[in-house]
Amino acid sequence: MASHATHVHTPPSGFIRKYVFSLDHKVIGKQYYFLALFSVFLGMFLSVLMRFHMTYPDAKVSWFESLWPVGAPGGVMTPELYLSLMTMHGTIMVFFVLTTAPQAGFGNFFLPIQIGAEDMAFPVLNMLSFWTTFLALLVMCAAFFVEGGAPLGGWTAYAPLSALGESAGPGQGMGMNLWILSIALFCGASLMGAINFIATTIDLRVPGMTLMRMPLTCWAWFVTAILSLLGFAVLLSAGILLLMDRTAGSSFFLPAGLVVNDQILDHRGGSPLLWQHLFWFFGHPEVYIAILPGMGLASNVLSVFARKPIFGYKAMVYAILAIGFLGFVVWGHHMFISGMNPYTSIAFSIMTMAIGVPSAIKTFNWVGTLWGAQIRLTTAMLFALGFVSLFVSGGISGIFLGQPGLDLYLHDTYFVVGHFHMIMGVAAIFGMFSGTFFWFPKMFGRMMNETLGKIHFYLTFIGVYAIFTPMHVLGIVGNPRRYADYKTFEFMGQLLNVHTFMTHAAIFTAVVQVLFVINLFWSMKKGAKAPDNPWEATSLEWSIPSPPPFDNFGGKHLTVQHGPYEYAVPGKEKDHVMQVDPA
Amino acid sequence: MASDAKTATSLWSGGGSPYAIGSKKFGMWLFIVSDMLTFTALLVAYTYLRMSTATWPTPFAFSPSIIFSTVMTLVLLSSSLTMVMAVHSMSHGDRGKTVKWILATMVFGSAFVILHMMEWMHLIRDEKVTPFSNPWGEPLFGATFFGITGLHMTHVTIGVIYLGIIAAGVGRGKFTYEDVEVSGLYWHFVDLVWMFVFPLIYLMSVKM
Ligand code: HEM
Ligand SMILES: [Cu+2]
Repeated sequence: MASHATHVHTPPSGFIRKYVFSLDHKVIGKQYYFLALFSVFLGMFLSVLMRFHMTYPDAKVSWFESLWPVGAPGGVMTPELYLSLMTMHGTIMVFFVLTTAPQAGFGNFFLPIQIGAEDMAFPVLNMLSFWTTFLALLVMCAAFFVEGGAPLGGWTAYAPLSALGESAGPGQGMGMNLWILSIALFCGASLMGAINFIATTIDLRVPGMTLMRMPLTCWAWFVTAILSLLGFAVLLSAGILLLMDRTAGSSFFLPAGLVVNDQILDHRGGSPLLWQHLFWFFGHPEVYIAILPGMGLASNVLSVFARKPIFGYKAMVYAILAIGFLGFVVWGHHMFISGMNPYTSIAFSIMTMAIGVPSAIKTFNWVGTLWGAQIRLTTAMLFALGFVSLFVSGGISGIFLGQPGLDLYLHDTYFVVGHFHMIMGVAAIFGMFSGTFFWFPKMFGRMMNETLGKIHFYLTFIGVYAIFTPMHVLGIVGNPRRYADYKTFEFMGQLLNVHTFMTHAAIFTAVVQVLFVINLFWSMKKGAKAPDNPWEATSLEWSIPSPPPFDNFGGKHLTVQHGPYEYAVPGKEKDHVMQVDPA
Repeated sequence: MASDAKTATSLWSGGGSPYAIGSKKFGMWLFIVSDMLTFTALLVAYTYLRMSTATWPTPFAFSPSIIFSTVMTLVLLSSSLTMVMAVHSMSHGDRGKTVKWILATMVFGSAFVILHMMEWMHLIRDEKVTPFSNPWGEPLFGATFFGITGLHMTHVTIGVIYLGIIAAGVGRGKFTYEDVEVSGLYWHFVDLVWMFVFPLIYLMSVKM
């Protein structure tokens, strides 16, 4: 109770306090959302450039040269430029989109409301964490503009490449330093966010909002916050050591006898494997940080539009917890071919297969929710169904990769690229689309256009499958990943058609996203006014006005009497029971 | 349902903190969990590198190195004791005494940092130890030493500043008991980290 009294606040009046350095979780949530929206388009632009280069490696494009005089002399993209685009694409997408929008964006806006709180537990920390993320994004983008350009090492920044300076290639000098700095800032920001989310979930639930009455979105945000709290702490350590290697001359990740540019380096004693261990100890939980909020959201949306309680609520909660726990013991599956004791491989492989169990439980429960339902096919629902489809498609390839024997062959091929784009990249993005269409009325007080939304969904759905399905085949044929020019291998010349197809699919999909942007901004200004509860959903955010007032519940003291998914309850005449309805 | 009546009054059913502590204190605990992992990762990295190096040096002589670092340890331990006293005084609402005990903690903390800097200076100037070389062989010896003790020293320094802010606030009648307690938590945590750093970095590097 005391904790509630500590942050009674009145709305600020000035523009700066209201919209820029706001302490209001709803404004901060939107700030995160728009930061991610900017990042996703930047990241997509980079990916289209990369796909273009795959198909037309020798094309001369004059504005390439104006943008990157060194990276594209005469307008032809160099392999180094290609690799720097790839690194920035991956980094921006993973950190500033997938980690940012589903958790910090939607989570900030809706976690407090869904548990009945006025704000997050620590509003100032919340603001700091957003502005630290913003600074991290600026520093990351600055890497494009320093001498040598952006780094080349991929979002995983594998040592020894990342631990060396400029001698390892353009972009590995100042660009790499900025990359590490940006990631370190991001670690700090995520840490602040995680503390806030956990404390809010534990301490600020209104009376009656037991843990087992929380919507699955809240469970997902809560467990994701725990993963961030533990994962980013370790990434921070890895970053510190990497920065020392680069600036203080230490050799944590640099073994003896390394030859770069025909010169033996003066380092010894370190281990590149150490980087891989530290990175993936964070990296695997990170992929769940990206997907868990999407799972929570999809569960929510499926239940609302199937007009049925979520199938197996408890099983869903335990599955989230199991995924959260198992996520920390499988990192070795990224290192099967890095020189690992085969027995260790087997252990990691078994753990990896084990994580398929809670994932499958979730999938079956989603299907169970849909079974026999009278589905309302809104855009939000379509994207949630798309999420399930993509999650299953990507999960199946994960089972392949989790076998050391198969991974020996598939590692570092396009198969892996197909796998993680399906399951992490696009699935999480479909989660965000679903969240946008579902929550837009509450966030902005207006409805989005459903027709435009559906067209956008179908075209995007076809587009992403057209881009990423062929990648699995390419990988099986042996097409390596992170390669700028496939003409050097004769057997891959024959694959050019497939690459061309994927490139065209990518350009198509990118163009289709314009529909979304138009829908988003047009609806913000001109959409039909949203009622309080347009979807006839039950959780707390739908019991208050759209958009919510500054203090969310207008100072009312709520008590929660119902679970989050009481649709079509036998014996009740109403088709749904709100969580705040009397018992 | 009967169980509903029970949960409605249980600690976890909402309407308050189930741990019966304020959110600030809970937040500090979470920070400590996270920071503990940051240090654990560094110490694991150190262990990993040391285990895979047959010729890891053990250069610290009992006198003066270990004696000196033992004194540092005692100074830091004393600071935890004074911090306990500060929290205790605050629990009786004695703000004057609380400020004095916090100042004592800051003095011990600063003394620790100064002693530590002296030790670093000695190693850098007289023994020629750097992150990339040292007279005893394996260059990583210096890198792990400076990396781990450096991060810890940063924590102590931040702690001294943090306590300064708390002391100033308590003096002006601003902060509550909880604020002092939370700063105490941080301080004891930083002290505890040293209790791992000291044996792993110093005692395991005693010249045989
Ligand atoms: C049944 C579940 C899953 C299994 C068995 C699985 C297995 C694997 C394995 C073994 C690899 C390493 C392949 C290699 O590098 O050779 C891998 C890579 C990857 N997985 Fe999964 N995975 C699963 C689910 C997921 C999920 C849910 C996500 C994200 C939301 C994800 C994201 C990724 C990413 C990003 C990579 C590539 C990392 C890189 O090298 O850049 N995976 N997966
Ligand atoms: Cu993984």
